[in-house]
Amino acid sequence: MVETGSARQRTNSGPGRLLIAVYLLFAIAATSRAGLQLATKFDEAPVAYLLSGVAALIYIVAAVGLARAGHTGRRVALACCSVELVGVVAVGILSLVDKDLFPDETVWSQFGSGYGYIPLVLPVLGLIWLWRTRRAPA
Amino acid sequence: MVPVTSVGADSPVDGIVATVPIVLSLLVAVWALVAAVRHRPPDRVQFVGLAVLEVALLVLSVLALVAVGGGDRPGEPGAFFGYLVTLVCLPPLAWVLARMEPTRWGSAIVCAVCLVTPVVVVRLQQTWEVLGG
Repeated sequence: MVETGSARQRTNSGPGRLLIAVYLLFAIAATSRAGLQLATKFDEAPVAYLLSGVAALIYIVAAVGLARAGHTGRRVALACCSVELVGVVAVGILSLVDKDLFPDETVWSQFGSGYGYIPLVLPVLGLIWLWRTRRAPA
Repeated sequence: MVPVTSVGADSPVDGIVATVPIVLSLLVAVWALVAAVRHRPPDRVQFVGLAVLEVALLVLSVLALVAVGGGDRPGEPGAFFGYLVTLVCLPPLAWVLARMEPTRWGSAIVCAVCLVTPVVVVRLQQTWEVLGG
């Protein structure tokens, strides 16, 4: 508890708010799409749709974590961004290596190319933002 | 490219009703981007732009609903209505967030949302025009 509250920028203001906005957009997009896919054609590509559902959930939790901005919020956001980064890279590679694994597109397929590669950039920006707000900038 | 059958001609979300919000949205995005680069908080033009954009999107939605009421059906009804609901929520979302963030980042938020909006309009058109197979 050495750092002063005013010197430390909170995760939910300034650039952080923009980040939260983009996370919100992704949460909405991924949730509605995954919800629809799970509800209407789950049998066609269960792995892909379940993955979309998980990704959607993570976007929501990440947005909430960043918005809450407290100690717990930061931890939650950190966990989400890390999982996202690992997820998008892993799924990106897997979807290139074994196309049969994901017969239908997910948010993370081909490193998120269907979404302008934003799914790949977003967790990186999130981690950078968490890092920069970690301590009061000198 | 194989010429697609003329389903697009019947689409209520095609032509001028879609072009107007797309162009408007891009104009607001550029204006907001300039503001963000110049360290300016969201100004009156951005808020008025968002309001006008919302009106344009509501017109688009009403026309789509009228067409559905008249017996036309989108190719993917679930996705279509999902996109439609999302679409009309975007400008208010940008508005609220921009009000909360009266800094250059507020302008950046307006810019980001206004870049997403045209994409959603295009996706909306695609979900109407989906052809079996």
